[in-house]
Amino acid sequence: MNRTFRSLVYPYVVWISIMIVVPFLLIFLYSITESRGGPANLKFTLSHYKEFFSATNIKILSKSFILAFQTTIYCLILGFPTAWIISKISKSKQSVIILFFILPMWINMLLRTYAWQIILGRNGILSTILRPPLGLLGIDFQGLLYTDAAVIIGMVYNFLPFMVLPIYTTLIKIDKNIIDAAYDLGATTRQVFLRVIFPLSIPGIVTGIIMVFLPSISSFAIPRLLGGGQYVLIGNLIEKQFYLLGNWNFGSAISVILMIIILLSMRIMKNTDEAKTSGGGLGIPW
Amino acid sequence: MNKILKSFIFVLCISSIFILSNSKVNAQEKISLNVFNWGEYIDMSVIKDFEALYPNIDVIYETYDSNESMYTKLTTGDANYDVIIPSDYMLEKLIKEEWLLQLDYGKIPNRQYVRDDLLEKLEAEFSNDTRDSIAINDYAVPYFWGTVGILYDTDKVKKTVDSWEILWDEDYKKQIYMYDSQRDSLMVALKLLGYSMNSTNREELEAAKDLLIEQKPLVYAYVTDTVIRGMIDGEAALAVVYSGDAAYIMDESKYNLDFVIPKEGTNFWFDLMAIPKTSKNVDAAHKFINFMCDPEIALKNTEEVMYSSPIESVFNDVIEEEWANNIAYNPTNIDAFGGEIQTEIFRDPGEFIKTYDEIWSEVLSDGNYIIPLIIGGVILVGIGVYLVVFKKRKKRY
Amino acid sequence: MVRRYQKLFLLLMFLFLYLPIIVLIFFSFNQSESMGNWTGFSFKWYKELVNNEIIQNAFIYTIVCAIISTFVSTILGTIAALGIYRQKRLLKDYVLNVNYLPVVNPDIVTAVSLMILYVSVGFQRGFSSMVLAHIMFSTPYVILTVLPRLNAMDPNIVDAAYDLGATPFQTIRKVIIPEIRPGIIAGALIAFTMSIDDFVISYFNTANGVTNLSIEIYNMARRKVKPTVNALATIMVTVIIMFVLIINKISSKNKYWRFEDEQNT
Repeated sequence: MNRTFRSLVYPYVVWISIMIVVPFLLIFLYSITESRGGPANLKFTLSHYKEFFSATNIKILSKSFILAFQTTIYCLILGFPTAWIISKISKSKQSVIILFFILPMWINMLLRTYAWQIILGRNGILSTILRPPLGLLGIDFQGLLYTDAAVIIGMVYNFLPFMVLPIYTTLIKIDKNIIDAAYDLGATTRQVFLRVIFPLSIPGIVTGIIMVFLPSISSFAIPRLLGGGQYVLIGNLIEKQFYLLGNWNFGSAISVILMIIILLSMRIMKNTDEAKTSGGGLGIPW
Repeated sequence: MNKILKSFIFVLCISSIFILSNSKVNAQEKISLNVFNWGEYIDMSVIKDFEALYPNIDVIYETYDSNESMYTKLTTGDANYDVIIPSDYMLEKLIKEEWLLQLDYGKIPNRQYVRDDLLEKLEAEFSNDTRDSIAINDYAVPYFWGTVGILYDTDKVKKTVDSWEILWDEDYKKQIYMYDSQRDSLMVALKLLGYSMNSTNREELEAAKDLLIEQKPLVYAYVTDTVIRGMIDGEAALAVVYSGDAAYIMDESKYNLDFVIPKEGTNFWFDLMAIPKTSKNVDAAHKFINFMCDPEIALKNTEEVMYSSPIESVFNDVIEEEWANNIAYNPTNIDAFGGEIQTEIFRDPGEFIKTYDEIWSEVLSDGNYIIPLIIGGVILVGIGVYLVVFKKRKKRY
Repeated sequence: MVRRYQKLFLLLMFLFLYLPIIVLIFFSFNQSESMGNWTGFSFKWYKELVNNEIIQNAFIYTIVCAIISTFVSTILGTIAALGIYRQKRLLKDYVLNVNYLPVVNPDIVTAVSLMILYVSVGFQRGFSSMVLAHIMFSTPYVILTVLPRLNAMDPNIVDAAYDLGATPFQTIRKVIIPEIRPGIIAGALIAFTMSIDDFVISYFNTANGVTNLSIEIYNMARRKVKPTVNALATIMVTVIIMFVLIINKISSKNKYWRFEDEQNT
């Protein structure tokens, strides 16, 4: 009977081989070849990788890392308390609140990003509130659009649920008896939080960090819309190779490098995450 | 419960099959004509008019926002386009690389309405001796033409604006929109330095690069079509814009705006309709080009996008209207029309375009990374230390 | 338990999350084209939406693509999960590891690799390439939600079904599926959300006039955006909120639809 069961996997094996494995082999092949004029003239070369390590591209890569890093930190700072507070609300209200937390994700991401353009613009809503006529700040506020801050706000906004949900999932799984036990043993609220709740939620935090960091390092639409053209991040660089310059080989090389960096950092993350087995895992945002 | 689920799945199946089959049926009956045009460059009702006139042709309309992305999509992808509208230098490149079909003017009778002086100008530029001469007029029909200049808010900018130099003025810090396109932005810097915008001299380009990097702190954003919305809403005081966009912005905006063509000279450009060799509906493509040259249709397009029309009667019809009564629509002061400002037409730099790419990405990626790198490093080390300490503590308990 | 300042914090977070959406809705009723100053109330943009074929087409493509890819990937993923469930080590490792690739890899890398595949085999990009791409990236999520359910299931009930003479098909239909249903529903919901919201993968994998809403909005946001898009967003928000309220109503009556259940998977 196990054989019948096992045979069910074959369609999917074929599917992933064609749709996942082959494309990744292709991208790797593209990255190490130079094809001018058809497959007959295929020439192996490592020049694309060499080309990548130029001052310009290293700048772009570090900028992407810095922005993704900042995004992740802010998401954590905002996301953990949110998840924690939600997890303390009564069970019946919790599911509704979580639902309304996910709901914005169902509205097109680009539409929401575009809304930030309206809010952050020089004559946008934020400026109108802060500027002299209303003058909440009493300074000549020039808006935030096309700055670092705008890009980070846009990314934090878009990826925050990916931080909150895994943390929330681990928090509600914590056995209430453990917390009660800690109190019974004379721990203060602070101690309970620092020594019991926080350590137990680390798998969720790690998952959250991964789930925020991954999309933010490679995102290209948000920096494009909120950062103006002066933002060239690694995602924009890849897009540019494929859509603007038509240099697919170099674009593939950047993709491979990005992939390697991501997979490496995942490995490191996994190692620091001792309690991975207890849930969270590479979780799903639900 | 099971019933709900089953009926739900059933509805899904039926609806998807219905929609799929529906689209298939349509595709079989009609010829589909893929038109690839710049964004916001047409009155969409014109497409409907065309489909009404030729009921068996279904227009699939797609847009791009730079010549380079159009080229890449046309040449490296798998897409089929029947009509494309590249600019002069890109057209030259496409002709040289043999991507285009020679047009059959027997099928485009409306070409007679195109202004002769413009065709002569194109002919003269592209058949000159210094470069490989090409017969550009055999391959394409002008769609719109214009210049590039500075659009500025006369209330915010009190200095006289007649030179590209104003874009380097510290007083207008973060008040300047630049164009996010390598050729256009480098044109501004090259012209200011007094070089040709078709320069293939590495040193000249390096000088232009330094100038653009120097300007970077003053620039609000490098954008393409976003500049239209931005200037209408008064987001910045100065912008490098295409002439037609300038006319449109001035017409729409409540701010007092003016358009100038700087004295150092600028880009005199054409966008032309052409048919790629890969087209599968050459006949329908000719019909489309012919239709776009129809004075009535061209008038609709001009009134919508406010670019200067190459169709003589259309150009003259609107010239007295308020939105067109300016340098943006009718650049009487450039050399091509007997004025004093020297203009150039972009030419394809061939392989040298790679240098343009390189220079432009160096400009865009320039910036100060030292402080954020230090902050990032400190945070990273902090987390590392915390994790180590935390691990040790945990072992104690 | 929840203190006042904590409630305030939560309130601020919700304000942050909903601010852009409120702005979108607000300006969909604006008379002028401009975003930023309010000139008067009108339904102008809703009327325009009815006449705007580009947005309508993009909307239909988005919805149809989401429905088809959700349907296919849910079935494909569930079957695959059943296959993985009692699989031999080697094949199981292969499938699970490959399965992780689209999940952990940046969208853009997945997108670009698929595009290269399509172009190299000469598969013309269009609607079908987009649907295939969506199935490709959403199926792994279905597997990742269904598999834990399967593993948590008591293995004895499957054996019991066999001992009582059920065929493998009957066992799956009558015993396993009801057991893992919350996982399947959660997987389908994720697949649907991912598909509706996707931009990067669609952006690289369509051509020939086929677009989805994300691509259209991306193109528009860089040009003169008209509040027509806001009108569409307002309608979408209304529909989604109604959908959520209905689901919530059902879920309070029916244990299979309960949301907390899914969050715990």
